[in-house]
Amino acid sequence: MKTTRDCLIFLGQLAFTLLVAAFLIVPAVLSMLAGITSNYFLGVKSGLTLQWVLQVWELYHDTIFRSFLIAFSTLAVTLAVGIPAAYALHLRNDRVSRAVEEIITLPLAIPGLAIALALLLTYGGFSDFRRSWLFILVGHAIFTLPFMVRSVMAVFAAIDVKTLDEGAASLGASPWRRFCDVIVPNARPGILAGSLMVVTLSLGEFNLTWMLHTPLTKTLPVGLADSYASMRLEVASAYTLVFFIMIIPLLTAMQVFAGYRGAASGPKR
Amino acid sequence: MSKKTFIGLCFVPLAILVAAFFVLPMARLVVTGASGHDGLRTYAAILLDPRYRATLINTILLATATTLATLVISTISGLFLQRHHFPGRAVLIAMLTFPLAFPGVVVGFMIILLAGRQGLIGDVTLRLLGDKQVFAYSLQGLFLGYLYFSIPRVILTIMAAVEKLDPSLEEAARALGAGPWRVVRDVVLPALAPAFIASGAIAFATAMGAFGTAFTLATDIDVLPMLIYTEFTLSANFAVAAALSVGLGLVTWAILALARSFGGNTVAAAG
Repeated sequence: MKTTRDCLIFLGQLAFTLLVAAFLIVPAVLSMLAGITSNYFLGVKSGLTLQWVLQVWELYHDTIFRSFLIAFSTLAVTLAVGIPAAYALHLRNDRVSRAVEEIITLPLAIPGLAIALALLLTYGGFSDFRRSWLFILVGHAIFTLPFMVRSVMAVFAAIDVKTLDEGAASLGASPWRRFCDVIVPNARPGILAGSLMVVTLSLGEFNLTWMLHTPLTKTLPVGLADSYASMRLEVASAYTLVFFIMIIPLLTAMQVFAGYRGAASGPKR
Repeated sequence: MSKKTFIGLCFVPLAILVAAFFVLPMARLVVTGASGHDGLRTYAAILLDPRYRATLINTILLATATTLATLVISTISGLFLQRHHFPGRAVLIAMLTFPLAFPGVVVGFMIILLAGRQGLIGDVTLRLLGDKQVFAYSLQGLFLGYLYFSIPRVILTIMAAVEKLDPSLEEAARALGAGPWRVVRDVVLPALAPAFIASGAIAFATAMGAFGTAFTLATDIDVLPMLIYTEFTLSANFAVAAALSVGLGLVTWAILALARSFGGNTVAAAG
């Protein structure tokens, strides 16, 4: 009784899973193809071209540079704020620190639209700030900070930071030196994982950015939305292709790193 | 410098950033919600005003449908991928999780390529049925977009949960004479319940608050994030936009908090 029925169930599930994978992958492949096809309506037989990619570069290269600027500035802010915070939260581990942790993870649970509105209502009147890319940076920093803090705290939980810290203290190292020479080097895997996450999220962030941007501070995802609404399909696709090329290395690094870390130590979540 | 002082200093950058750019603005948002000429009643209008209520119900129905469909699809595929090892399995998993980092706008564009005016589905239906199906810019299109967004996340959670299942329970059920369907229904699915709740909550909260996908597709879709956006930018109705945002934020936060109490990892509600 086992074989034929099990075989049918297997094939059925395989076919279903392939269908789901097709649903996710086919449009991504279509968009990459459309970005290098002369005329998408006529299909690939109309010839391959880089003209759309070049046109995207001409029209939107400033958004690409600005997105990188904001992503790396966000990274700098989350590193400077997040690592000390993760250290202090881990060492204190009391009711106050748990409340603080709760507050800084709230931006993950609240839609970006709401946070953006809140920032606009509060700081929209400071027009120099409102008009600069720093306004977007602030939103990205609030949104990505919990990822950095959590990622670093996960490492602290796995490596018994308290004992390391106390050991260094008993040798006479000052708190600042212990932080720089013992804590930060030991937190490296968490810092790296958190950094990859922060940069990837910042490069793709749209919900906050759409509300916070001005015509002079467009980022890549804002430009994407713009091209989806007003450009021909080939240009929109070429722009999406550029975005894929930017984030695929980051995604791959994240997966490789997660696999490596999972195999090596497997810190608890 | 004592250790206590140092730990205190470690909190200073965090306190400044979070107080100035999150706590204060959120408080301002809550206050603004009650600052219109209707005062606190603006909050009640979310439920009482027929137009807002219809949008709210629309959004909840769409999020519920997305969640249920995602759970069913991800369970079938997740069980399959975790239980069977075959050539190409790793590639299939990579394909299913590849869209994890797509922002909502890009997901919207994927749906346009599938079901838009020059889309694949329209092309195929035109050839097969002689009738071009275009539904990217409707509620079905948005539903498809949210599915696209949720499946990779939920499938990962379910696969992790399946991996932790105790196979001896299933063997025991089989030894006692249960057929494969009964084993799934009475042993596997109940054991996966915490994963369903955790990942379902993420899918639901994401579908409630996702703006990017709706923005790309919505020409005439009435969902809460689009309503907030139009109230704010087109009508300059700040009080209503703020009240609706607070309401939406409370709902997504409550759902995720509930899921977390079941032990789920509720990260990545972006979209």
